[in-house]
Amino acid sequence: MLGKIWNWIDDRSGFSDVVMPMLEHIVPRDARWWYVFGSATLCAFIVQVLTGVALAMVYVPGGDAAYESLVYITNDATLGYLVRGMHYYGATAMVMLAVIHMTQVYLHASYKYPREMNWMSGVVLLFVVLGMAFTGQLLRWDANGVWSVMVAAEMAARVPFVGGYISQFLMGGETVGGSTLSRFFAIHVFILPGLIFAGVGLHLWLILRHGISEMPKADQPVVPETYKQEYEGRLEKTGVPFWPIAAWRDVVFSAIMVAVIVGCAIFVGPPALGPAPNPANIHANPMPDWYFWWYFAVLSMLPPELETYVILGMPVLGAIGLFVVPMLSNRGHRAPSKRPWAVAVVIFGATAFVVLTIYGYQKPWSPDFDVKPLPPEVVRSDDPNIQHGAVLLRDKGCLYCHNVDGFGGYRGPELSVIGNRLDRGELVIRINNGGYNMPSFASSLTAEELRQMVDFLLTRTDHPKQTPGEDPSN
Amino acid sequence: MSDCPEVNSPTSDEDRRGFLTKLCLGLSALIGAMITLPGVGFVLAPVFARPKQTWRKLGKLDEYEVGKTVSVEFKDTIDQPWAGVTAMSGAWLRRVSDEEFIAFSINCRHLGCPVNWVEDASLFMCPCHGGVYYEDGEVAAGPPPEPLARYTVRVKDGFVEIETSAVPLTTNDQV
Ligand code: FES
Repeated sequence: MLGKIWNWIDDRSGFSDVVMPMLEHIVPRDARWWYVFGSATLCAFIVQVLTGVALAMVYVPGGDAAYESLVYITNDATLGYLVRGMHYYGATAMVMLAVIHMTQVYLHASYKYPREMNWMSGVVLLFVVLGMAFTGQLLRWDANGVWSVMVAAEMAARVPFVGGYISQFLMGGETVGGSTLSRFFAIHVFILPGLIFAGVGLHLWLILRHGISEMPKADQPVVPETYKQEYEGRLEKTGVPFWPIAAWRDVVFSAIMVAVIVGCAIFVGPPALGPAPNPANIHANPMPDWYFWWYFAVLSMLPPELETYVILGMPVLGAIGLFVVPMLSNRGHRAPSKRPWAVAVVIFGATAFVVLTIYGYQKPWSPDFDVKPLPPEVVRSDDPNIQHGAVLLRDKGCLYCHNVDGFGGYRGPELSVIGNRLDRGELVIRINNGGYNMPSFASSLTAEELRQMVDFLLTRTDHPKQTPGEDPSN
Repeated sequence: MSDCPEVNSPTSDEDRRGFLTKLCLGLSALIGAMITLPGVGFVLAPVFARPKQTWRKLGKLDEYEVGKTVSVEFKDTIDQPWAGVTAMSGAWLRRVSDEEFIAFSINCRHLGCPVNWVEDASLFMCPCHGGVYYEDGEVAAGPPPEPLARYTVRVKDGFVEIETSAVPLTTNDQV
């Protein structure tokens, strides 16, 4: 009976006639573990679609209710915690795997003839995936999410001539409000996923059309004139059917990946929701998801004159640069040993990413609003004048940016031994006039306060015993 | 060609094909336009709409102390009924003298993060990339290219009122 049903389905749908041959297409025998990242990216996308559809059945994409619905999903809904967690870690997995897959393809130069379009469609997919990650973060619609829209709108506003229109399009009006969330929701669940489906379809079709590339060999440069013939010749001799000889590795790897996603969702859980999204609440510190930290770091370190160019130029140049890779060279060597520059690019990119990510996380450029007053063991003085100076150092905001013996922010220079470097007069000038990246405090300090602060700062030397009275400039 | 009438038929066949191709393409374009244009207009409308700025009451005049800078909340220009709390905007309001108020936008002019007023230091500080402003909104330090934007404030019938306005976009205010 079941057999009969299957036969009917098979006959009418053409599974054995059309789909099986596709699945069993011959692939190079050496397509081993190197090749599992693409299929794992696809698998992560499937995780995203399924968990996303599930979430959308409860999530309310409206400015008034989105946050509450997320709180409900996370705390009350059956398995809501798990599904939200899977969607979050699935997104992380998808971004990571897409980048790893791309790095591998680049290192092996699989983008060369005749697979240029495979690469180009992949680059477009990468940017759509990043767009998904970004819009998804905003759908969390907590204070952080709302402020991130603001930052995105401000960045978009820097586009020459049409910037203002773009950011108003993103915000759905002149401010971030009810219509903004609906827009991001539509982009996140309809437009970008549609693009991904179409892009993945094209990407897979191109794989079938041109075949999976072989492992690069130093003695086998790509010569477009003869490549196809040679490739097919080699496949005929040594190829194996994709299903199941090569496919099992993809399946095993994807299974591990999904297990990791589920594991993270269970044991670590979805990211905590921030405070409710009241744009009038100013106590927010917008921070993107971790794979964007590097960009955050770049933005923070740039001199202001360059900033607009980088904000706009980096994504555009990055996209164009990646897109044209196969046009720059689609023939010649594929082996990494023959392409030292490609290897260097990958090493440089990976290092920069790691360094900037760490830097982005530590965010030393940001004033630290939560600094505590300096404890007595740091103040080290019984003189009430000096003690008050230390209190003022925090109250007047100096400690937000400057660090004294491990207390305070890191945006400005450390003050732990400032007494060695500057004398009274110099300190007074600095504080009164400000300087590069430091506000002037002349109008907000009384003479008395200024003296106390300077007294305290002068005790910051290598010799804790020294008192301001001994300062020669006094 | 004219003396050879029978070859006319393939030519007219080709003409017919050419015409039908054009017809199909043209009509498809028309269908496409009819389907997409209303939607595109619908989606883009808010980009070009100029919502009327309105005055919002903040509170009684005597709730504000002269010389103090406080944060205030009010409904923004485009408050849809379903926006809930996200229809709220904030501002920093200072009573300068008996009748005079200044209100600053809370959006940092660098990339729009919310600036905090630090009372003792008389500075606005931004949590994102270290932007700092003096009490008059001028840039004191960090990356912001311009002073804090201001709202218009007035006192009417014993109430302080603020005029809503668009988010100040750093390089492109006047769109
Ligand atoms: S947004 Fe305020 S300093 Fe960058």
